[in-house]
Amino acid sequence: MSVLTDEKLPAAAVAPPRAERRRPSRRPRAPYAFVLPAALLFLAFYLIPLGYAIYLSFRGAKVSGGGGYGTREETWVGLENYANVLTDPELLASLGRLLQYGLITVPITLGGALLIALLLDAPRARFVTASRTAIFAPYAVPGIIASIMWGFLFLPSTSPLNAILKSFGLPTLNLLDSSWVIGSLANIAIWGALGFNMIILYTALRAVPMEIYDSARVDGCSEWQIAWRIKIPLIAPSLVLTSLFSLIATLQVYSEPTTLRPLTSAITSTFFPLMKVYRDAFTNDQINAAAAMAVVITVGTLVASLGLLRLVQGKTNGDER
Amino acid sequence: MTSTATHIVGRRLTRVPVTDAPVGRSHKGAFWPTFALIAGALYCLFPLVWVVIASTKSSRELFTTSTLLPGTGLWDNLTTLFAYNDGVYVKWALNTVLFAGVGGLASMVVSGLAGYAFAKFEFRGKGLLFKLLLAGVLVPGITLAIPQYFIMAGLGLTNTYWSVLLPMLISPFGIFLARIYAASSVPDETLEAARLDGASEFAILRKITFPIMLPGLVTVFMLQFVAIWNNFLLPYLMLSGEDKYPLTVGLFTLVSRGTNEPALHTAVITGSALAVIPLVLLMLWLSRYWRLDLISGGLKG
Repeated sequence: MSVLTDEKLPAAAVAPPRAERRRPSRRPRAPYAFVLPAALLFLAFYLIPLGYAIYLSFRGAKVSGGGGYGTREETWVGLENYANVLTDPELLASLGRLLQYGLITVPITLGGALLIALLLDAPRARFVTASRTAIFAPYAVPGIIASIMWGFLFLPSTSPLNAILKSFGLPTLNLLDSSWVIGSLANIAIWGALGFNMIILYTALRAVPMEIYDSARVDGCSEWQIAWRIKIPLIAPSLVLTSLFSLIATLQVYSEPTTLRPLTSAITSTFFPLMKVYRDAFTNDQINAAAAMAVVITVGTLVASLGLLRLVQGKTNGDER
Repeated sequence: MTSTATHIVGRRLTRVPVTDAPVGRSHKGAFWPTFALIAGALYCLFPLVWVVIASTKSSRELFTTSTLLPGTGLWDNLTTLFAYNDGVYVKWALNTVLFAGVGGLASMVVSGLAGYAFAKFEFRGKGLLFKLLLAGVLVPGITLAIPQYFIMAGLGLTNTYWSVLLPMLISPFGIFLARIYAASSVPDETLEAARLDGASEFAILRKITFPIMLPGLVTVFMLQFVAIWNNFLLPYLMLSGEDKYPLTVGLFTLVSRGTNEPALHTAVITGSALAVIPLVLLMLWLSRYWRLDLISGGLKG
């Protein structure tokens, strides 16, 4: 193999002048070959599915003919699916639950990850390496297995919390009933995401040299002031990135509630938007409605992500002025 | 934002990265920070410790004995788990290794090649293609799974390994990271010198670019490995035969069945412990090779 390549070298050495006359870049074919696999896969598994989802979302089954003899046939229905989706009380209810879930999950994950990263970077804390390793460990646990473990920790008959409450003679709790279940789901998400976000923020903090802090300390800044005024602004780009990841993860939560369903009746088959998309597409055979919902969720994600980036960029520019 | 990021990159050199306790670190007033860190560590470890202890309990002990007390049922649980449907658990584990390992490696190659091309070459359509890929980072992967299912079904590929492997080979985020890494690590002068010496682009790729990009590629591999290992919906949609499931889908079907057969609860717990502990250890060991500063610096572009 390598012999072959080496033998080819002299021939290739002659080539450049010829190629140079054609284009400024001497070997124009190589980058296309390198980028081709990615481009083909992106076309096949992003662009075509997305296009197909959009196509399906404008189609629908229409019953033509009257009485019992009507036949169902697929036609263009324009925006009908979208009109139905946006007024569907089940979807609106699931979006409401998703909003509650997101309002718990995102701030606690990001705030917690930032706090831990700052503590790890603070000059005083001890057991830094051990804590960092332990907090990062859940990253390797898939959502399904995290939900199985937490599911048993929530289940009234096996929950250690209830064992503690009972030993103090207090009434027990069902963390999987309808009043607690969103918080319990948020807990699973926070547990899974804390470590990864912490590592990104911590890596960014480690990239800042100690000298900056030394001069701030000489000037009499407290550790809190250093964290607030110097560290957090310096790692702002990483904070934006982690917010973006958290937002996207929240909007597509699916495996955790689906795994907990066998353990509780508080999670319905349309609890979160993507669960409803799945049910409509595969259980209820309403592919077109499901496609319209998937498109709405995708557009919502894009708008929310770009909005977040715009907001943050506006703020940063304002600071620089 | 741009200036901030350049500052970070510019200053990195002056800091010694390895030690956790820089010289002169004083432990005065260490109580609350240390307390908070240990509390966080216990919270993150608790379910993992629990699942290992619970895997030693018999079905009866699971519901009656104290949470952190080991039981006597480990051997029975293992026998139940491995006997379940003629040892299908082992197949799930092997399938997981195939999907995440082979898929992760192939995805790393695809991302590395594309990232290198984006960072070091000019070609037609480069700007547009990269913008499309970046938008791909923002598209919820799960939204694509449903049309992907219908396309795979149309091609007659559902319930094959390909239906799960192929869609996971493309990782816009991996390409994005590979581009950043190639741009910052592969020197233009070395590439030019090799070209002047008459090396073919393929030889340059193999002998110069690949070794230089390796640390970045390991990061891309690990991220995609975890993404595939985490992905539930895609294999859940595509696969109908139990013998093709990865661990996540397999354990999920066990939980669902457990509602009627409580004996399976202990099998689920034992199966989860067996699946997760080696992976956590692998990830912690590999994390030292990670170049996560790639992600932190990623937003400056």
